[in-house]
Amino acid sequence: MNAVKRLMVEPAAIEEAAKLLYIRALKLLPDDIKQGFTRLDAGETGATAKSVLATMIENIRVAEKTENLLCQDTGIPIYNVLIGREVEVDGSALKAAIRRGVERATKEHPLRSSIVHPLTRANEQTSCGALVPVINIDFTERERELRLEMVPKGSGSENGSFLKMAIPADGVDAIKAFVVDRVIEAGGKVCPPTIVGVGVGGTSDLCMHLAKVAATRALGSVCADPQGAVLEKELSQAVNSLGIGPQGLGGDSTSFAVHVELAATHITMNPVAVNIQCHSARRASATFTPGGVEIGF
Amino acid sequence: MHHDLTPPITEAQARELKVGDTATLDGALYGIRDLSLIHMFDKGRRTRFDMKGHAVLHTAPNVRKVPGSNENPAGYASICVGTTTSARMERFTRPLMTREGVRLVIGKGGMGPATLAAFKELGGAYLAVIGGAAALETTWIEAIDDVDLDDLNPESLWKFRVKGFGPLLVAMDSHGGSVYDQVNKQAVDRRASALAAIGVKP
Repeated sequence: MNAVKRLMVEPAAIEEAAKLLYIRALKLLPDDIKQGFTRLDAGETGATAKSVLATMIENIRVAEKTENLLCQDTGIPIYNVLIGREVEVDGSALKAAIRRGVERATKEHPLRSSIVHPLTRANEQTSCGALVPVINIDFTERERELRLEMVPKGSGSENGSFLKMAIPADGVDAIKAFVVDRVIEAGGKVCPPTIVGVGVGGTSDLCMHLAKVAATRALGSVCADPQGAVLEKELSQAVNSLGIGPQGLGGDSTSFAVHVELAATHITMNPVAVNIQCHSARRASATFTPGGVEIGF
Repeated sequence: MHHDLTPPITEAQARELKVGDTATLDGALYGIRDLSLIHMFDKGRRTRFDMKGHAVLHTAPNVRKVPGSNENPAGYASICVGTTTSARMERFTRPLMTREGVRLVIGKGGMGPATLAAFKELGGAYLAVIGGAAALETTWIEAIDDVDLDDLNPESLWKFRVKGFGPLLVAMDSHGGSVYDQVNKQAVDRRASALAAIGVKP
């Protein structure tokens, strides 16, 4: 068997990418979200809602033109690292490099440090703290590729996070009712139009994590499980019939979509989690390959 | 009806604002949020700012430290100023009005019954700005004129100078009106049919 030349990823390159991605994510919305706005605007019938959507669309244009942040909330920095086969990287150094990248973005841009100690509320002005930035590491079959995805998760919508350990006897109806009720409860506080991320199954912590994966998935992507995909369509229809509208000021455009992610669960359990993404659905990515680094969404 | 407001405003002016009206603000605007309010009302700190008749904005901006000048009197240039979710500040509306004399609250996502009662009793209104549209909102800010409680940075008490800040939607008024209550009531009323349409048994 021929030895494949491994992809080496140096911590310095990770640090640069981590810094660049944080700033880029805060300024440029992915095309799928922009198209989502166009779609909502075309279908919106409320006059106030129409003008709210127009303001949001104008803001995207102003942010690009002035190279400014889309939203003042720099969020909680989250990095999703996907490591392919035949990749050589020092995992511990990678985590430290991401942290340095976040700190440099905060000081060099500069950005508002939105991260505080949970008890003292002290702000170190670095956007870092214990276990923040959040770093999720996973592996893929893809060869000689390392993907770094950055999500600055806005706090207004992160506060729209809910978990229910429903029971098997409550069935799928409990999942549907829980999602609709939490969307009503969240109202305008989560900056609609939103992407409603729904986690179903797993353990309590996995269920919450799946909800976050769902909330930060690109618009147009569909749950890999066929039953999950049906649930996505049904719940999207349901939440958009409530009339909450952009900013909770009334209208048809409550959510771009409801996304569902599933995990198997225990015979005694029926967990459902909701994590909401605001309309400033920001993300950025860097893909390292032998050909170089590609920056995208 | 549209209102061009240059605070300070009187109680009578605040009571002229009705749900559904729009408004634009010029002049001083004070930036407050979680930590500045906690320090002012839970930890007994006082501000040297006179906010009587003024408007507050639920915010914490992205700023750059610069040398003090006519252009940047507080030694801060604004990079990005937007609006945070107001609901967390619910219990501070009344003390902001009674102790500091604030008349207008600008925020996003709406506030609750305690705020609505304070507006009714004391004369105030909630003006909705579009959350998440901060790049645009920043273009309405002329300068950061002053800053207080700056040890709480970025959750300091900011004094912005604004021009054509808006349009803002009067979303809660001093007559018991709240767009958020109307929208919530409608959503609750539609809940059963929304769930029935996707096969949920009552």
